[in-house]
Amino acid sequence: MSTVVLLALTGLGLAGLYFLISSGLSLVFGLAGVLNFAHGLFLSAGAYVCWWAAQSMSLPPAVLVGVAAAAAVGALVELVLIRPLYARPTEQVLVTVGLSLAGVALLQSVWGVDPRPYPHPSWTSRVIRVLGASVPADRFLLIGVAVVVLAALLAFLRFTRYGLIIRAGVEDRDMVSALGINVRTAFTLVFAMGGALAGLAGVLGGMYFGSVSPGQGASLLIFAFIVVVIGGLGSVTGSAVAAVVVALVQQFVNYYGTAGAGDVSVVVLLAVVLLVRPSSSAKAVTS
Amino acid sequence: MILGVEDLSVRLGGSHILQGVTFEVPATGVTALLGRNGAGKTTTLRALIGQVPAGGRISYAGSDLLSRPTYRRVRDGIGYVPEDRGVFAGLTVAENLRLASSSAPAYDLVYDLFPDLRSRAGQRAGTLSGGQQQMVALARVLLAPHKLLLVDEPTKGLAPAVVTAVATALERMATRVPILLVEQNLAVVRRLATDAIVLAAGRVAWRGPASGLLGDPGRTRDLLGVGRA
Repeated sequence: MSTVVLLALTGLGLAGLYFLISSGLSLVFGLAGVLNFAHGLFLSAGAYVCWWAAQSMSLPPAVLVGVAAAAAVGALVELVLIRPLYARPTEQVLVTVGLSLAGVALLQSVWGVDPRPYPHPSWTSRVIRVLGASVPADRFLLIGVAVVVLAALLAFLRFTRYGLIIRAGVEDRDMVSALGINVRTAFTLVFAMGGALAGLAGVLGGMYFGSVSPGQGASLLIFAFIVVVIGGLGSVTGSAVAAVVVALVQQFVNYYGTAGAGDVSVVVLLAVVLLVRPSSSAKAVTS
Repeated sequence: MILGVEDLSVRLGGSHILQGVTFEVPATGVTALLGRNGAGKTTTLRALIGQVPAGGRISYAGSDLLSRPTYRRVRDGIGYVPEDRGVFAGLTVAENLRLASSSAPAYDLVYDLFPDLRSRAGQRAGTLSGGQQQMVALARVLLAPHKLLLVDEPTKGLAPAVVTAVATALERMATRVPILLVEQNLAVVRRLATDAIVLAAGRVAWRGPASGLLGDPGRTRDLLGVGRA
């Protein structure tokens, strides 16, 4: 029983991480139609800038600096690289793939290839007893942050004008323009939001794994893409549900199966979902 | 004249859809844009609102529209109701309307014309009937202070009673703002339009008073392929 509890809570913590990455990725694709392979770079930017800032300030402001930096990178990538290519999807994909590879190389050249130990709040080193299981406290940090972000995102989409524009734009961005709304501004906003969320995931990922390395963003991005496709492109709630399913399957199969079987099982899950429910890759409402 | 279209051309997917279309839209009343299927009516409206790349010249309020993006043309006063209505199915009626405007006085006019929308404000637009969705689409363009409306096949697929209601709404709207109307239902055209432009194979085949077209069965049959409406 204690093993199941530990695996479930660890899986939910990992799900929180996947959700933070995939929700931004999903909104970017749903609204702007951009398959952003550079999303992992936003994650790494947030993680490394927080790590760097934490050497000269306390952790909470360093986290804010990291998240802000990732948001800025997201907005900058949209404005400088993606905006001129909205009518050229193939070039768009090539640019984001190239940026992803260049980003890893840049991080390696600046901070080296070795993982860097990551700062974390002292209380996350503790262990909390839950139904007989000893669960590391950082799992609860990941779950708590993900729940708060999910609630905030849904509230933003439901109650703000930009949220309304994003929800409408995911359905039909041409029609949003035909109502006199500059939908490109919303594109920049979702890139910045996606960057901020990925940056936050980078910070929490650093705390969860205990270190940060240049390739961390790219490896987590693979699972985030799987979550986005299963959850429905453009759907925040779908991303949350899919993140939980993917992370739990991965955790349990990794523990009870052979080494690496969890990762394979997630890919199998993706294939099954696509075969049984082909429309899951279609655009969905965002809330 | 509110709008002048000169030598408008559109190429899509290797096809030359519009081949030098030239016409004017008067500053009052309804101007019908007619033609057989595939003549280029919808493409003309999409070119005017900026949804397809076009060549030529579009004069509106003394300036050329072609270089402006869609949202700028709309902010400059051109409202657009597309053929598929463009209603956001996952949003409520109120949210659909709120995207267009949040000005209270404008809502008074909308609810006066379409009282049904008030009681359905919280309903998802995707669950409305075709006629109700058309009301939402028309209401949205009424909420903004437009100087010209482009309306594409507003009665398409609607039941006869709903067609009458939509035509009545358009008639009342036309007293406030000129409309360029694409419409297949010639009874609706006869009721609303003062002027008519007929497209054939991407060119203007005829233009003049609507009565000059619809009052001549031979011309109607030749240009539109139908008998007297």
